Amino acid sequence: MTAPSTTTTTAPATTSADTVVPVRFDFAAALKDSLKSAAIAFGLSIPILAFKTDQSGGDIFLTPRWGLVAIFVSIIFGVRLLQHAFMATKAYRLATPDPHQATEAVHAEPNAFQKVSRFGIPFFLGIAIGFPFLIYLIQGGMNESRYWVDLGILILTYVMLGWGLNIVVGLAGLLDLGYVAFYAVGAYSYALLSTTFGLSFWICLPVAGILAAFWGIILGFPVLRLRGDYLAIVTLAFGEIVRLVLINWVDLTNGGAGISSIPRATFFGLPFTAGEGGFADFFGIEYHGMQRMIFLYYLILALALLTNFVTMRLRKLPVGRAWEALREDEIACRSLGINTTNTKLTAFAIGAMFGGFAGSFFAVRQGFVSPESFNFLESAIILAIVVLGGMGSQIGVAIGAVVLVGGPEVLRNLGFLTAIFGAGFDPNEYRLLLFGAGMVAMMVWRPRGLISERQPSVFLKERKAISSAHVKEGHG
Amino acid sequence: MRWLQDPILDVQHLTMRFGGLVAINDLSFQAGRGDITALIGPNGAGKTTVFNCITGFYKPTEGMIALRKPDGSHMLLERLPGFSINWKAKVARTFQNIRLFSGMTVLENLLVAQHNSLMIASGFTFLGVLGIGGYRKAESDAIERAKYWLDKIRLTDRADDPAGDLPYGAQRRLEIARAMCTDPLLLCLDEPAAGLNPRESHELNALLLSIRKDHATSILLIEHDMSVVMEISDHVVVLDYGTKISDGSPSEIRSDPRVIAAYLGVADEEVEQVASEIGA
Amino acid sequence: MEIFVQQLINGLTLGSIYGLIAIGYTMVFGIIGMVNFAHGDVFMLSAFIALIFFLILTTWLGMTSIVLALLIVLVIAMVLTSLWGWAIERIAYRPLRGSFRLAPLISAIGVSIFLSNFVQVAQGARNKPTPPMMREVIVLFQGESGYNVALSYKQIVIMASTAVLLAIFWYLVQKTSLGRAQRACEQDRKMAALLGIDVDRTISLTFVIGAALAAVAGTMYLLYYGVVSFNDGFVPGVKAFTAAVLGGIGSLPGAVLGGLIIGLIETFWSAYFSIEYKDVAAFSILAIVLIFMPSGILGRPEVEKV
Repeated sequence: MTAPSTTTTTAPATTSADTVVPVRFDFAAALKDSLKSAAIAFGLSIPILAFKTDQSGGDIFLTPRWGLVAIFVSIIFGVRLLQHAFMATKAYRLATPDPHQATEAVHAEPNAFQKVSRFGIPFFLGIAIGFPFLIYLIQGGMNESRYWVDLGILILTYVMLGWGLNIVVGLAGLLDLGYVAFYAVGAYSYALLSTTFGLSFWICLPVAGILAAFWGIILGFPVLRLRGDYLAIVTLAFGEIVRLVLINWVDLTNGGAGISSIPRATFFGLPFTAGEGGFADFFGIEYHGMQRMIFLYYLILALALLTNFVTMRLRKLPVGRAWEALREDEIACRSLGINTTNTKLTAFAIGAMFGGFAGSFFAVRQGFVSPESFNFLESAIILAIVVLGGMGSQIGVAIGAVVLVGGPEVLRNLGFLTAIFGAGFDPNEYRLLLFGAGMVAMMVWRPRGLISERQPSVFLKERKAISSAHVKEGHG
Repeated sequence: MRWLQDPILDVQHLTMRFGGLVAINDLSFQAGRGDITALIGPNGAGKTTVFNCITGFYKPTEGMIALRKPDGSHMLLERLPGFSINWKAKVARTFQNIRLFSGMTVLENLLVAQHNSLMIASGFTFLGVLGIGGYRKAESDAIERAKYWLDKIRLTDRADDPAGDLPYGAQRRLEIARAMCTDPLLLCLDEPAAGLNPRESHELNALLLSIRKDHATSILLIEHDMSVVMEISDHVVVLDYGTKISDGSPSEIRSDPRVIAAYLGVADEEVEQVASEIGA
Repeated sequence: MEIFVQQLINGLTLGSIYGLIAIGYTMVFGIIGMVNFAHGDVFMLSAFIALIFFLILTTWLGMTSIVLALLIVLVIAMVLTSLWGWAIERIAYRPLRGSFRLAPLISAIGVSIFLSNFVQVAQGARNKPTPPMMREVIVLFQGESGYNVALSYKQIVIMASTAVLLAIFWYLVQKTSLGRAQRACEQDRKMAALLGIDVDRTISLTFVIGAALAAVAGTMYLLYYGVVSFNDGFVPGVKAFTAAVLGGIGSLPGAVLGGLIIGLIETFWSAYFSIEYKDVAAFSILAIVLIFMPSGILGRPEVEKV
């Protein structure tokens, strides 16, 4: 983004004929354009909005709902008109210099990362660690905070998945649309190992990670020479194949019905049960169902922080620099003696390993896994988290996860809207609709994500963030 | 005729075909150890294709490319996988259209070039992640080496800037420094002076001469700028339409009528003009 | 033998639907180099548009001639779906032109999620059946075991209209100035703009044509299967994309050829191997083709310049 021109020399007060100051707001033109948009919106809403197909038995019939179309069209009209008004004012403001301009330094502002990192990282970490207590205080009780701790666990799971995928997409520049396959491998590894062999979570966790990494290499190997969108599509195909095999291989996976009664997590051998020998009994405290939840919360927090720690460490190691170099220019990498095949495979394997860890956590949390938890939408959400956060930026990915996973939860609390839209209105239905629209809006608004600057892994004198204009997105 | 007695690179009967197109036809030449060898020829003569064969980006259709190590052993470059040509055979290269890691800092570019030795020092990542082993020491050595080259190409002040931010001439120098950080025996430069102004190209000559003097690195370069070629090279090989038309010292080349004809067509009256231009 | 011929007919019918969708992928990829991930959902949307108009015409306006109704539905679906194609390009892709390379792909995934959920919210999650229509069949021959090899009217309509529309479309792309502009934009967008080609308009028109052909496919799909649901976009979309890649992405005859091949593979796979794994087969073919012959059957190989 270029800074707005600060070299405008026209004096603010003069309105001589040759100075081009945009008209403040051309109402007629804006109206015309808004009407045009409204007409298009009308065209789009026929017939999908205007008629609803209803079934009774085998018959299908139509119910017209022109009122809805009218609301939709007028919303589009209004939004478009407001947009015109806003843009015109903004253009006017930019074109008329203000008195402070001459003394304002253009690039002195700290970049987004610096702004976030100075206070943000300790702040976020503090919030994350103290979250169950904060919620306990705010909600005033264990049972009341259940929903929030559960949401925290969900968000942290996605933070971890985002960080894992960030290694593949953000650092190595390999676009992976099938990341959920490794999540599934991890989840099913734990589910199968614990239900068939009775192995404990702490043994299964590393095994699941290793199996996922192994699958990362197996699936990564054939796609090494693919680039760009092709790589994305093949990884998508692999993700879908894994899911379809999980559905159809009933002997092993119990098919679409999934695997249930997976052993729950234990506190290093102590189950979270009310009776003798349980966690509460051992520590001599009163049993509460939330104890397991809080344990799970800290478990996923620890796993996520492990992912982050390892990734930060890897970035400063030759393999991490080779990933980033690979994203920048694969041919130059080869000419410098870097084995690009192995470098890509390590990125796939390590990213997959963290996906596998997250997967076995998912299984232990839910106590149930089924193929439907690992569909393409999950991959899309994880990828959207990475891209919204800013590829390669750890804190950005964490923010992305909070926004994309926590944001839709706001919809649950919009019950008052039923007063406007009628009793049948369920805001939760619109979760994915808004999610899709949000993905588009975010790409249009900030294609490089919230934190697009890259932090160098090493410096001689001064650490300067690198503007996204230079950072490449990789061939795959 | 040093290149015949102690060649570092021996290219024999190299042929490269793309479908029906013959880009290089039965090319044989040697580059001497410690020499600066220039590969020249009109546009489309096949010079970059020769480079791509030497550095493993193309597999030659026929022929042999042997690199002779100082201990006398041979490595056949056409049989090595692409990345081994740098790592095992110690051949480094630059590119005609600069290929820096533009989103990484200048210093990071030079550290990526030392990937393989750092990789060993970090215990192939396993020890490095755990923070044990001598990685810290190896990295500071690598930074020292990078600093040496930064000093040499006068970019120390810009070490923490992204490589993509550098002006063109500095990018060319950085690419050479990056290739030198891999500690090569043979450095292949694809038009290093392209786009440089006269002062920069003069500096480039000094840099290349000092690389030859201070390091055990021989240089093979493609160049159109005759001032660079004539001034610094010890040996010139001239290509046209994929075949070698002349091979010798700069003074022999500049008076070779076949070379002049290849560069300007065969009109006799123009030959003289060329001769005077190149100062023959 | 009889089963083979019957599956051949079924496969070609299915293949022509895939081929029509594949053209949208191949054209968009050719001109702006992106996988229009939302194209499968545009196809699904068009099937819904067709369904609703078919109901309007037959139940409300009492039209008795199914063929005439279908013809009108086809035209309306093409027009309205084109509008969707145009709007999607305008809102979700055009602002991203020349931006970060991943951005359009992510945006397209967003559009895809949006469209399928929009249809779900607006029309409900249940499968939508059409009233039964065109159930007549022509028995081609009877096998010894009493198995009839039949060609249904539906199949004739689908294959015939595919052929006719492809011919029209072929003329459009090969012989008109629009086609020339498209090919110029494929080669070099900047140069085309310098020579006075309205690049934005050409790209818009590409999306419009792609959407119109998807609408034909959507209408035919509805006619053939008699049922549509909001999540019917993804899998046919992926299969059509496979077809586009198999035929050689960027190549129009390739897209049709690829569609027919994928249609045949799918029907034969279902008939002779296992119906459960038919989507696995489709995805595997996609992966295998992209990995081992990324330039497809009729595409030109991409050469990497050093």
